[in-house]
Amino acid sequence: MPDPVPNSMETPEGPPEIQLCILSQPRLLGAVRSMLESFADRIGFCGRGCGELMLAVDEALTNIIRHGYDHAPDCRIWLSLRALETPRRGIRVEIEDHQEGFDPERLPERDLDEVRPGGLGVHLMRSVTHLCRHEAREQGGMRLVIEKFCEDADPQDGPGSTGTSSDVSDPPRSNSPEDAM
Amino acid sequence: MPGDDMTITERTVGDGIVLVPEGDIDLSRSPQLQARLAKALSNKPARIVVDLSKVPYMDSSGVATLVQGLQHCQRAGCELVIGALHPKVRSIFEIAKLTEIFRIVDDVDSGD
Repeated sequence: MPDPVPNSMETPEGPPEIQLCILSQPRLLGAVRSMLESFADRIGFCGRGCGELMLAVDEALTNIIRHGYDHAPDCRIWLSLRALETPRRGIRVEIEDHQEGFDPERLPERDLDEVRPGGLGVHLMRSVTHLCRHEAREQGGMRLVIEKFCEDADPQDGPGSTGTSSDVSDPPRSNSPEDAM
Repeated sequence: MPGDDMTITERTVGDGIVLVPEGDIDLSRSPQLQARLAKALSNKPARIVVDLSKVPYMDSSGVATLVQGLQHCQRAGCELVIGALHPKVRSIFEIAKLTEIFRIVDDVDSGD
């Protein structure tokens, strides 16, 4: 069994504080939320900010399970969590899958004035985070980078800005967690 | 995984049915809520109230279930009311503009 924390995840900032791999099963979403809530609480997130971060990650995982892996229960999803100190205190979450051809940016996103089920996930993710950016992995599949800052870090800049925001430094590109599997 | 099922209690209030789910509603549990809504609607009540006071977390799959339930109720001539929103869940409703399409009450039994 290879090292579950691959050296390839090393970046100039060092390895992420938490790195885990889950199977693509909806019943595991609650466990991820609990872990994330505990980590965010230690970083200093308030209840609402913590809840919004949980929602963003939960929606990302749900999209991968439903649309990326089409509910197959035995596919892998990798998450890494890193505490941010600069430019602002917060958390960066990277979520990776290995599904070829799945681009969450192409998921149907409904007009909020249109009353129908579905199409809300991507909108919710963008609404509650400071950075929400999808990028293709070199090995196939997608990587989602989410950043959210603590509310007291800069009250004049709330969530809702997307990955085009210039005041957010680009996260380092990590290599494949699959290398360690 | 043990403990994955969600408890949903049901009671009759006047000519309506009150459903009280307990716990987080996410992709793993929203199908249970969807099934209970359909079962309640099959009894042809005048009103279904979903009491969310014991739901501290809901994602977009739960929201979609409620929107779908609203559409089914409207077609059946039944009113779907949301009751006692937890503050964290209320924020999701506000982002999704659902506070404008659902009747949301604080007191589930009186409907106020």
